[in-house]
Amino acid sequence: MSFEVDIVLERGAREIAVRFAAGAGITALVGPSGQGKTSTLDAVAGLLRPRAGRIVVGGVTLFDATAGVNLAPEARCAGYVFQDLRLFPHLNVRDNLLFGARLAGEEAPGAARRLSLEEVAGFLDIAPLLARRPRTLSGGEAQRVAIGRALLRRPRFLLMDEPLTALDPARRDAVIERIAAIRDRFGLPVLMVSHQQADVARLADQVVEI
Amino acid sequence: MLLSAGEWGVVALSAKVSAVAILGALPVAFALAWLLARGRFAGRVLLDGLVHLPLVLPPVVIGWMLLIAFGPTGIVGGWLERVAGVTLLFRWTGAALAAAVMALPLMVRAIRLSLEAVDPRLEQAARTLGAGRWTTFVRVTLPLCAPGVLAGVVLGFARSLGEFGATITFVSNIPGQTQTLPLAIYAALQVPGGDAAVWRLALVSVVLSLGALVVSEGLARWQGGGRAHVL
Repeated sequence: MSFEVDIVLERGAREIAVRFAAGAGITALVGPSGQGKTSTLDAVAGLLRPRAGRIVVGGVTLFDATAGVNLAPEARCAGYVFQDLRLFPHLNVRDNLLFGARLAGEEAPGAARRLSLEEVAGFLDIAPLLARRPRTLSGGEAQRVAIGRALLRRPRFLLMDEPLTALDPARRDAVIERIAAIRDRFGLPVLMVSHQQADVARLADQVVEI
Repeated sequence: MLLSAGEWGVVALSAKVSAVAILGALPVAFALAWLLARGRFAGRVLLDGLVHLPLVLPPVVIGWMLLIAFGPTGIVGGWLERVAGVTLLFRWTGAALAAAVMALPLMVRAIRLSLEAVDPRLEQAARTLGAGRWTTFVRVTLPLCAPGVLAGVVLGFARSLGEFGATITFVSNIPGQTQTLPLAIYAALQVPGGDAAVWRLALVSVVLSLGALVVSEGLARWQGGGRAHVL
């Protein structure tokens, strides 16, 4: 199993139980908003501590309330593409892309092979943008830089929060192709949140409704 | 307009006192700003109030408190003298301490604003990219709040240059030792025919202070994209 998630999340006064197990490839989390889709990604990334439960990705326990396991976000080897992208405004595109790559250890267990900046920039078609600042990028460009930054971090898995909503239809097709290629070329399991039925149908190998 | 050798000495002493005051106050101001911006603890409001006291108390009261604490018989002053043989009273180091205490609230305010302007979501992003807390602080938080910290430094420096009440109460007005710009102006005002010196020193004060304000506002705007103000 790639993702084994069985957690209880706190959202204000409410508690949400999220439970699923997903195999390789792309797993889409769908469901009405406010049901904890983004919170689930945050919990897998280690940014949000669940009330209770267990998170295992690719056989590695990231969180286990009963066993007292709670890996720090930096130790989870997640490549997280946030819905709001969160590119670093004080760094140019090149330094944004290399932020995680420079910190990634040589032997992150189970991590994707080390990708070069040139390889990722070519793959995502962002090579001409390397010297630019994030605020000068279009939505689609920034989106691809965020994906590249997550890939270069040498992740064991990818988390993507609505990676397609900010894009116009033409760009959307291109990014869908790239995400599918990430799965096929790099063999990374992907956990993706989306509310676009059509995109989910085109991309996802399995769908989890929460 | 040329300053006399003595007046240049006053300007140099002021610069030295303010520089030492700000260098010493900066780590304290940053720690306090961090606590106030990010800390969640009981007594935060009280700490906020204490930090701001020098801004609202009569400076002479601060000077008197420093005298009580750092005088030869004071708790801290007595200890410093016994352990390190250091005396602050009537020394330029004492003037620097007074300036540091008076500049602290302004520095804390500017640094705190800039820390609060740093988007915690960017820090989260850094963590998921493999940066620990310290690396995140050095590579993301600090560069993003640097303009605000600089603005605080410049503002604090300007405040230090102008410090009068606490200084004259704590370390008196000793030429060459504790007589900074405002104290020299005050002394010149007491002397018949000191008008020309007052004009020259006052003009130096205006130029230095105005320059510092413009620089610190510019730095804050640079960080805030035209919205933030430290004043």
